Amino acid sequence: MISQIFSLAFLAQTIRITVPYSLASLGGVYSERGGVVNIALEGIILNGAFCATVGTYYTGSALFGVACGIAGGLLTALIHAVVSIHIKADQIISGIAINLFAVGITKFILEILFQSSSNSPRIAGLPHIHLGFIESQPDVANLLGNPLVIVTILIVIASQFIIFKTRFGLRLRSVGENPEAAETVGIGVTLYRYYGVLISGALAGLAGAWLAFDQHSFTDGMSAGRGYIALAAMIVGKWNPLGAAAACLLFGFAESLQIQLQGGGLPTQFIQMIPYVATIIVLAGFIGKAVAPGADGIPYEKEN
Amino acid sequence: MPYAIELLSITKRFARTIANDNVTLRVESGSIHALVGENGAGKTTLMETLYGLYQPDSGRIRIQEKNVSIKSPHDSIRLGIGMVHQHFMLVPPLTVLENIVLGSETTRYSLLDLKKTTTEIAELAGRFSLSVPLDEKVENIGVGIQQRVEILKAIYRKADILVLDEPTAVLTPQESIQLFRILSELKEEGKTIVLITHKLNEVMEISDRVSVMRKGKIVGEVETAKTNPQELAQMMVGRPVLLRVEKAEKKAGDPVLTVNDLTYVDRRGISLLKNVSLEVGSGEILGIAGVEGNGQSQLVECIAGLIRPSAGFITLDGIKISGLGPREVFARGLAHVPEDRIKRGLVVEMDVKENLILGLHNQPQFSSRLSMNRKSINDNAKLLITRYDIRPMDPDAHARGLSGGNQQKVIIARELSRNAQVIVASQPTRGVDIGGIEFIHRTLVEARDAGKAVLLVSADLNEILSLSDRIAVMYDGKIVKLFPDSKVEESELGLYMTGSKGNSQEKALGI
Repeated sequence: MISQIFSLAFLAQTIRITVPYSLASLGGVYSERGGVVNIALEGIILNGAFCATVGTYYTGSALFGVACGIAGGLLTALIHAVVSIHIKADQIISGIAINLFAVGITKFILEILFQSSSNSPRIAGLPHIHLGFIESQPDVANLLGNPLVIVTILIVIASQFIIFKTRFGLRLRSVGENPEAAETVGIGVTLYRYYGVLISGALAGLAGAWLAFDQHSFTDGMSAGRGYIALAAMIVGKWNPLGAAAACLLFGFAESLQIQLQGGGLPTQFIQMIPYVATIIVLAGFIGKAVAPGADGIPYEKEN
Repeated sequence: MPYAIELLSITKRFARTIANDNVTLRVESGSIHALVGENGAGKTTLMETLYGLYQPDSGRIRIQEKNVSIKSPHDSIRLGIGMVHQHFMLVPPLTVLENIVLGSETTRYSLLDLKKTTTEIAELAGRFSLSVPLDEKVENIGVGIQQRVEILKAIYRKADILVLDEPTAVLTPQESIQLFRILSELKEEGKTIVLITHKLNEVMEISDRVSVMRKGKIVGEVETAKTNPQELAQMMVGRPVLLRVEKAEKKAGDPVLTVNDLTYVDRRGISLLKNVSLEVGSGEILGIAGVEGNGQSQLVECIAGLIRPSAGFITLDGIKISGLGPREVFARGLAHVPEDRIKRGLVVEMDVKENLILGLHNQPQFSSRLSMNRKSINDNAKLLITRYDIRPMDPDAHARGLSGGNQQKVIIARELSRNAQVIVASQPTRGVDIGGIEFIHRTLVEARDAGKAVLLVSADLNEILSLSDRIAVMYDGKIVKLFPDSKVEESELGLYMTGSKGNSQEKALGI
């Protein structure tokens, strides 16, 4: 039984779930390290998925589709950036508005383009690299050979360096912790906050593209709360790229365990609780107090 | 001597007020120039304009004899201007090193090159005796060290001009002496220093010239050697000021407040008060001197009923008050002027009249069962505003908008209007300007002359020495010395305050 559960297929399932969580969660890290709360991740994922689908459908190029997904994410994040950085509106409200807007706009355009309010036509998946092993299980091989899996891993590692070891990261963190101090040493607070939010848009857009290719189509509301889970993972990971990715992996593991255990005789209600119980145990038991960046969510007001 | 800074006819308006009104200030290269004035006189605005945080509405700036345009701190840093702000501009979760390099980082292959920077900064720190722990996070170091980090930050950016805004406000006497030594060294190196302050003894001690600002204007500039504190104070306030507190011999009566073997252990198990005993009699001021963080706050909080002592007890007029909550303690005749006026003294979002009845809000004259009595609240406010000279004279003004001195007057007005027998005043004039200090000191002495028992806790030695009838020195949670009068040298007090002298427990008894 145990070996049945923890098989290669199980590993593949875990990775499938973890990749979009991680990308969006890293996006959250960039945005919030710069001081902007980004609950718009949910809507950005959805728009990213939609743009990736449309781009791929009309050009037949998955690569172009990925670029469209990122672009869709960037544009959506730009709205959030303008509203919360320039107009200094409440960031939570801006995020909620974007999330609601994304549900509406994707459905609307879906209807216009494909005469369906629930899903798009099928698109091709991403090309994958032949790994030369585990050919007996093509599904698993395809997944592990998916270039986006490798890209995600690289982005996680690179982000840890970018946030903590580079000039950009140091400035981004200073802007999120104490923007007044950053300004007095000549750092453009607005500029770095834009960087943070836009990077989060690109990453969450990429997460959306993953979802679209994974399901080979766009379906209405397909982000299904992943943006919020990503935010939770970011907090569990204490706003660190590696920590956030590890938390996403844990969520991915718990979710695939839940899928695996269904139909195994245990009451489904219990099984469905697994991811949430796991979250609570991790939060309460293993992670110390998570402290948000000092100026997270607070617009920077310059007196003049 | 050429001028390092020339601010010419600078005018800066905010929404309603005019912060700088056609101000001209010239600072000679290589000198220490003091800029004094009361709170709100426009000193900080003027210097933040120089630093590029504000754009003047009119006027010109010249640096090292050249016309310049300063649009942001980026420009001022490039021109060699550094500023140590009153509220330090540091990022607490970052390390000292990261804070110093922030904005002027050295990189290698786009990674931060902290190794090279470390050597550079260590060399600078050595040269100016500014030792700091480079790898420690700023949130874990004390304010004295944080200030050194700020100075290093400016020097690392190759600042030739250094502006310090009220640098000694947060320092102990010993740290202040050290700071002045550092400033003298910087001057030796040819740097130009502008020192914003309202402590006149500092001006006399370290500056070469001094400019006085009042209500947005420069009202005088003199050579320090040719002036005296009395003259400067008069220029600052615009009328003659008493720098010394005049008070009659004390007529002390029986002990009203007694503290007996008080011990307080905090949640982490650290003893912050160790068997402290003291008495305050009616008609006297007992001053508690000490470097902050040696148990004074806990002593005051125990007396005010905000925390519960671990052992020992406190009596007021012979009745035990320790173990009671703040409301019961106040009802038995204690007035408390807390050290943190924003956190504990006021509700800054509320207006002055409401703040003036905090804690009295349930008294029948102000509230019936159903609603507050607006008229009597307003009348009370008008009376106290006049009596305590609170500005603006508007009961509906928001407490947040008041200057520090006037906020403090609101608290003192409220606490003294309750006619309590015992007044516990903690840092009553911190951040208050000269005019306000004079008033608050006089008020406390009047209360003492009216037979109140006053317990004064202050980190300001001048204040302790000029007001107290007896002085107790606290160090490490203990009273290490009791002086039966205030005839003691500042340096002597300093030795006890830093633990260099007298480490056994004394009792501040026997009035």
